[in-house]
Amino acid sequence: MYSEKVMDHFTNPRNVGEIADADGVGEMGNPQCGDIMRIYVDIEGDIIKDIKFKTFGCGAAVATSSIVTEMVKGKTITEALEVSNKTVAEALGGLPPLKMHCSNLAADALHAAIKDYFAKNIKE
Amino acid sequence: MRKIYLDHSATTPVDEEVAEIIRIYYTEKYGNPSSIHSFGREAKKALEEARLRVASLIGAKPEEIIFTSGGTEADNLAILGVAGAGQSKGGHLIISAIEHHAVLETAEYLAKMGYELTILPVNAEGIVELDSVGKALRPDTILVSVMHANNEVGAIQPIEEIGRIVREHGAVFHVDAVQTVGKIPVDVEKLGVDLLTMSAHKIYGPKGVGALYIRKGVRISSLLHGGSQEKKRRSGTENTPGIIGFGKACQLAAQRMTEEAEKLKKLRDMLLNGIVERIDCVKINGPLGDLRLPNNVNVSINFVEGESLLLSLDMLGIAASSGSACTSGSLDPSHVLLAMGLSHEVAHGSLRFSLGRQNTVEDIDHVLEHLPEIVERLRAMSPLYHQAAKKK
Repeated sequence: MYSEKVMDHFTNPRNVGEIADADGVGEMGNPQCGDIMRIYVDIEGDIIKDIKFKTFGCGAAVATSSIVTEMVKGKTITEALEVSNKTVAEALGGLPPLKMHCSNLAADALHAAIKDYFAKNIKE
Repeated sequence: MRKIYLDHSATTPVDEEVAEIIRIYYTEKYGNPSSIHSFGREAKKALEEARLRVASLIGAKPEEIIFTSGGTEADNLAILGVAGAGQSKGGHLIISAIEHHAVLETAEYLAKMGYELTILPVNAEGIVELDSVGKALRPDTILVSVMHANNEVGAIQPIEEIGRIVREHGAVFHVDAVQTVGKIPVDVEKLGVDLLTMSAHKIYGPKGVGALYIRKGVRISSLLHGGSQEKKRRSGTENTPGIIGFGKACQLAAQRMTEEAEKLKKLRDMLLNGIVERIDCVKINGPLGDLRLPNNVNVSINFVEGESLLLSLDMLGIAASSGSACTSGSLDPSHVLLAMGLSHEVAHGSLRFSLGRQNTVEDIDHVLEHLPEIVERLRAMSPLYHQAAKKK
């Protein structure tokens, strides 16, 4: 049902955890539908210096969260904003059709974290 | 890697004796039971012996057993058959909220066709409350369908008491007994049921075979037309090898049931207690003790999601199931757990182990050794667990 890449990221997720006083935090999903992804980012200049995630959800939810952190760590904000749920799924070698909608929200969570960073910075 | 199968409510391995008899009726005694020659007569005789064995297991007469392609067809035949035969009487149906989808969706299909449907609620343990049955019955109620024991949480329903209420009213009473036949005593007279669904592959028989018990005198219309098999109630050449395998499985179940149930209850309680002792924030779903199927364990492990649990267990060779949305094929978690009043997030974290004949104490120990570390790993990843810890 899942690709080897999905199982790899589910079994050995990259960048699990939280960042204390993160520059930006983004959350997607809700416990009702069975998936919550929260992404923390630290940004220096326009580079994503550090990124961590915490996820409650199925194998696809964990794997998409994990790979998205890997895809954008050390990249620019512009590059991070180009990552979409679709490219995340592709990077994992595809997802089962049912999972494309319900558990593929990691890029959205990342974008939410970047948006949070912008919102905080504009205030300051 | 050691493999441990704990999903017997999904399906069971075919017993070696059953497999052997099935093989014989495929390759050596392959006649069509409707043929008049010796090949046909041989198959017909074995078919009728199987019918007797199936009937004996539930205290029925052989002529009251109709073989089907499985539990789903038997449920469909019961519900659509009663609706088809009883149209002049009216169009009200009653089912419980925790029925198998084969009953639930068939009743919902009839509701779309213009029948009225009442769905009985269950209590927090997943048991139908008797007063709700009396309240739901109406003069035009034609059918009441309540399962004997629930497949997800193992809750055994008060069928005898419900049967009495329904009989007094005069509606037809259908019971899906797929999870109980062969596991606990089932007697159609004692239970007072009119129609009862059975399945072979849940009791070490083959897949694709089931039966509907139809009490003598109960009228149902058939789903399949075009032959005269099964007294015209189910046309189509009989699945002779499968049916004979089913008969053998019933015979073996009758011999082994009491001893096996005692053994399974011990393993069940060992697993249930072990999980609660080793993992915090766990909820047992369904009743305890004699109101629970001897082989059913169902728990919700808070702050983690069921499919993640299943994948992690599977990597260790342990097969289980879950009521999370990801395993139900929809966006909602199990309708049974929701009907019992569980929140969505707790239902998403449900885990079912269903035990069987070959399971041992060592199997249970193995699960209890590894489940806590799986839960710990997933909780360390879960944003919900962190929040809960903060609240504390």
